[in-house]
Amino acid sequence: MEIPYTVAERPDTGLNNVKLGIWLFLASEVMLFGGLFSAYILLRMGATEWPLGSTLLNVPIGTFNTAVLIGSSVTMVMAHASLKLGNFDKFRLYMGLTILLAFTFLGVKGYEYWEKITHDHLPAQNTYLAIYWTLTGLHGLHIVGGIIVNSYFWGPGSAMWRTKREQFINRVEAAGLYWHFVDLVWIFLFPVLYLL
Amino acid sequence: MENVTTAEQIAHAEHGHEEHELSFLQTYVFSQDHKVIGIQYAVTAMLFLLFGFSLMMLMRWSLAFPGASLPVIGNLLGQTNAPGGIMLPEFYNQLGAMHGTIMVFLGVVPLAVGGFGNFVLPLQIGAPDMAFPKLNMFSYWAFFLGGVVMIASFFAPGGAANSGWTSYAPLSVIATQGQTWWLIGMIFLITSSLLGAINFIVTAIQLRAPGLSFMRLPFFVWAQLVTAFLLLLAFPPLEAAGVLQLMDRLVGTSFFMPAGLVVTDQPLEYSGGGSPLLWQHLFWFLAHPEVYVLILPAMGIVAEIVATNTRKPLWGYKALVGSLVFLGFMSFVVWAHHMFMTGMGTTMSSFFQTTTMIISIPSVVILSALFISLYGGSIRFPVPMLFALAFLPMFGIGGLTGLPLGLSAPDLHFHDTYYVIGHFHYVVAPGTILALFAGIYHWYPKATGRVMNELLGKIHFWGSFIAMNVVFMPMFITGLAGVNRRLYDGGLEYAHAQDVLGWNVVSSYGAWTLGFFQIFFIFNFFWSIRHGKQVDDNPWKATTLEWQAPSPPPHGNFTTPPEVHRGPYEYSVPGAATDFTMQGQASDPDPEPAQV
Repeated sequence: MEIPYTVAERPDTGLNNVKLGIWLFLASEVMLFGGLFSAYILLRMGATEWPLGSTLLNVPIGTFNTAVLIGSSVTMVMAHASLKLGNFDKFRLYMGLTILLAFTFLGVKGYEYWEKITHDHLPAQNTYLAIYWTLTGLHGLHIVGGIIVNSYFWGPGSAMWRTKREQFINRVEAAGLYWHFVDLVWIFLFPVLYLL
Repeated sequence: MENVTTAEQIAHAEHGHEEHELSFLQTYVFSQDHKVIGIQYAVTAMLFLLFGFSLMMLMRWSLAFPGASLPVIGNLLGQTNAPGGIMLPEFYNQLGAMHGTIMVFLGVVPLAVGGFGNFVLPLQIGAPDMAFPKLNMFSYWAFFLGGVVMIASFFAPGGAANSGWTSYAPLSVIATQGQTWWLIGMIFLITSSLLGAINFIVTAIQLRAPGLSFMRLPFFVWAQLVTAFLLLLAFPPLEAAGVLQLMDRLVGTSFFMPAGLVVTDQPLEYSGGGSPLLWQHLFWFLAHPEVYVLILPAMGIVAEIVATNTRKPLWGYKALVGSLVFLGFMSFVVWAHHMFMTGMGTTMSSFFQTTTMIISIPSVVILSALFISLYGGSIRFPVPMLFALAFLPMFGIGGLTGLPLGLSAPDLHFHDTYYVIGHFHYVVAPGTILALFAGIYHWYPKATGRVMNELLGKIHFWGSFIAMNVVFMPMFITGLAGVNRRLYDGGLEYAHAQDVLGWNVVSSYGAWTLGFFQIFFIFNFFWSIRHGKQVDDNPWKATTLEWQAPSPPPHGNFTTPPEVHRGPYEYSVPGAATDFTMQGQASDPDPEPAQV
């Protein structure tokens, strides 16, 4: 017996296994970042003084990075749509762009980190910097994870396009959902850490 | 029987055509078959349970005879832990922290969820395997690695984690290196649980056999489904907390460190501004749902066994399922009843004591329904039924003694006394662990094709049942007397504990007796693999789908894809040919009744 609904949707649930699985994974991710955001709120409410993010962080650079990530979400959608339309070359192009933008984000983030380190703004300094480093660091790890998955589908994983086309499209869609989530986390992180 | 063997032969023949032989490693070590993974989980978890229990047997010596030299074993513990065979308080603390951690995260949960869930759930829903077999393999190995890290931490400088299984900050932040190992181990275990939970939910929702609607699911599957949701949503905040504590320990942040801490006259070098309460909130946000992760699969197992051995349907199936879902939901909003004594304020306390009282309602509904299920049944008493029947009053005691703890006023007196230990051990040890034993005896024939020895099983049951009560009942007495639960000498130094010190000795003898009776189980478990009585595919004459598969089920589980025509517990249906009607049996008079 084969495992059913790996590709096709189950009629009564309207989902295939991969899509349900990735949504459940994202639900757990919401709880992970939810826990950290709650920690942020609790610490800030209990703090006697809390620095304004914009005095320590570089807002224009942060804004630029936000744009980069939103852009990468758009190219991710285009990559998936290209597959749906059967245009593999376009998929390679857009997926490549997504990965490139992700690297851009990491590069900019790395520059910000380097600036913090040279100004001695380390996590042990105060609670604000501690939560800044932890949240952005964990988010950065999620970006790295996304780059690995996306690169796999861009490179060796794309052999599936010729053998199991439907399954490949599903996988790219799941990777896309994850990528949008990582993007969404940043959209919360940016105002909370940089602006408030 | 003849039908079975032919069916099996056909299955094997078919497999021969479509698949090449798997190597030994692929079949038994890096297997992707849910049954093998289930057995891997179960055996590993049982080893951890034994190990965790052994730690407790050591601790019981220190509690019963503080300051006395531990005979024979004492010298093996090493001069740093037990000079001259006398256990040091520091070592006792390590044992205490690791006992809790191992029993909960490496023993009961992997056995109840990883073991039974993996083995039974796909069979009960008529699926060929879990939805993501590879992920399943990874979750086992993540669990295994986490376990290795935890055990290895005993050899870290300063020994294993010693701040309790709750790892309360700031104590845990300034503790020895073992705590870092503990955190890394936990991150592996959490990852394993998350992957497992996703797999269970997708499997239960997507891979149900045709005709198996949600309200036809066996109660065990429901229990596993709700459990998986708890694991999925409650564990990530602990992962977050673990990351924060790692930052505190390794990078020097102060998430959980308030300003101005002084340890042995030395001010600590932390910027301060953190909150020890934050750790407790994040920890208990996981750890209270975790209690239900421990108990719900046990309830599921007991429900299956009760229905099978009373030969009548479960009483109030819909109420059971409704209560279960409500229980799962409510378990997310009761966590701070562990924190009445932290000074979080009376408003918080009244909120959480109210939710705690509310959550006791579905628990009582479930337990009552199981009790009422016994009424009017023609009860059989095989070994699994003995364990399941013992679960009911034992869980009852555990639950009822919890009520005073859920109210903030009496909790002032009970908090951190042996009463608390007695309470939750009644839920988890004579409760869950008896249910897990019941499950092992019940599904053993499905995994091996043989039943475990009846006489050894009965000795194991009566010995364990009585010994467990001897261990835990005295704790209510010492607890009511106000003896603190964290003392390595069992309260020797305190005037108010003097009258009840004798009960520590009783408790300890109970624990060692309990250990002795496990020998019968361990022997039985291995002996029966080859020498147990051979039985057919459905030895208990049960109705659910797993008994329709061959024993042991081949790769892919079912010889013919099962179809479901009825609810899970159609026992003693008037007019039916036998006193059980299997879920896969068609409603019309079946032209080929040899389906079983």
